[in-house]
Amino acid sequence: MDSNLRREIILEHYENPVNRGLVDDDSYILKNTNNDSCIDNIDIMLKVDDGIIKDIRFDGEACAISTSATSVMINTLLGKSVDEAKKILQNYQNMIDEKDYDKELLGELNVYDEIGRQPNRKMCALLPSNAIKSILEMLEEK
Amino acid sequence: MNREDFPMLKEDIVYFDNGATTLKPKSVVHAMDKYYLEHTSNIHRGEYDASIITNQLYDGVRDIVRDFIHAKNSDEIVYTSGTTEGINMVVFGFMKKHLKKGDVVLTDRAEHASNVLPWLVLARKMGIVVKYVPLDDDYSLSVAKLEKEIDDKVKVISIAKVSNVVGDVRDTKRIGEICKSKNIYFVVDAAQAVSHVEVDVVDDNIDFLAFSAHKMAGPTGVGALYGKYELLCGMDPLKYGGGMNQEFSSDGDFEIKTPPLKFEAGTPAIAEVIGMGEAIKYVSKIGVDKIHEHEVSLKKYLVSELRKIPNIIMYNEKSDSGILAFNLEGVFAQDTAIFLNHFHIYVRAGNHCTKMLKEEMNIRNTCRISMYLYNNKSDVDRLIDALKQSENIFKVVI
Ligand SMILES: Cc1ncc(COP(=O)(O)O)c(C=O)c1O
Repeated sequence: MDSNLRREIILEHYENPVNRGLVDDDSYILKNTNNDSCIDNIDIMLKVDDGIIKDIRFDGEACAISTSATSVMINTLLGKSVDEAKKILQNYQNMIDEKDYDKELLGELNVYDEIGRQPNRKMCALLPSNAIKSILEMLEEK
Repeated sequence: MNREDFPMLKEDIVYFDNGATTLKPKSVVHAMDKYYLEHTSNIHRGEYDASIITNQLYDGVRDIVRDFIHAKNSDEIVYTSGTTEGINMVVFGFMKKHLKKGDVVLTDRAEHASNVLPWLVLARKMGIVVKYVPLDDDYSLSVAKLEKEIDDKVKVISIAKVSNVVGDVRDTKRIGEICKSKNIYFVVDAAQAVSHVEVDVVDDNIDFLAFSAHKMAGPTGVGALYGKYELLCGMDPLKYGGGMNQEFSSDGDFEIKTPPLKFEAGTPAIAEVIGMGEAIKYVSKIGVDKIHEHEVSLKKYLVSELRKIPNIIMYNEKSDSGILAFNLEGVFAQDTAIFLNHFHIYVRAGNHCTKMLKEEMNIRNTCRISMYLYNNKSDVDRLIDALKQSENIFKVVI
């Protein structure tokens, strides 16, 4: 992908992320992503109905990569079934880890396909996917 | 000054993360190498030549530390793995025994995690109360505000001599006098103080003081705890094993040694202790006052140059040290640090382990520049040049 276009997309999602702001609604499951390796601190909440991801919202203070990746991830996962979402998350993780992945499946998330080369930024890119993955796991345990 | 002593500076870098750890001069690394390559041996036992050399060097560091912090005698110097271990030893080895439920420990919200969490654990365990002196408008800790918080319940004051984000130098002399007159234990975290400002445990009536060697040109994993001798006698070790006991037998009897050895169970970081001694010699030769003067004047220059850049927010322009916390307006601190790394300028971004400071500053994360003896005006100029290009920040970090 052209690096200017890549940057434009990321910057747009950083400056104007989708679904920023949490709601007070206990049909959502909330996860905080305060992790040790970076200082990003994002809350993500997700609502599933009938096996479909109905809504994802987030809030917090984080770097350009984490914030934008959260926004792009939300766009990508909204309306997907839990199984589709899991597949996307796995492929996204593979892409960041520089393993084989299905490019078609990831859509706009492909803008992060070079992040894996910067070890200090991998965690930033993985922040939303790790959080959403663990929310989906929490749902399964319910 | 002395840039040639620090091989890492031969690389094309600006090292501004000295608050996290400083670079090491060749003399320190050589002293440690020498132990590993020429006289490896354990301490306290062995009659052969190499072990005699090791013991002399190792034990000698106690005298070097004693003189450095102006303690009365070397038995008051305990080798530790660093500030964190030192403070934990004081809290769980001494305070746990000597405080009671309801006793108050006075500290502040600019303290490092290592001078907060041990107290919070003790509060949970035995019901002591941790109170925070409100900071001044410039986030420094004033004696006046501290005095206001003192009542009969206050049994401990535990503060940093120099705080690690604000960089204010606390008046430990005055606070020490107050502690003495009111019978309050005075615990000082000197992690950011040693080799930046003079530390005098006797003059300041300090009961316990902890520091790490790696923040003052020395190796990681080693430091020292000072305690007044009679207090060390009343402090329990947290570790038991070889080197700290006089005698033990199968009937369950045992007797432990006197301070400082009773706190030093097991084989210590011998090379690192030797390196710590060498680091103290190194900075003492330059002179702590001179280092302080250098850092303060460099910070003044830094602040005056940063003022010329419109989108910089500084949080502690006035503090009397080489530490400056700042942000680029509208930019997350981590992105700024990643941007500066692109120019090989090393700064730290985050909350710097002072997670309560956000309650006073209303900002969670900052970039921190922390200077040391080898930083110079050209380092500052490079930083300024880079920051002047910050309109391009996302071209670099994305
Ligand atoms: C003020 C202060 N206290 C304590 C520490 C902890 O030091 P160490 O990690 O060497 O134990 C630090 C280190 O960042 C510090 O800045």
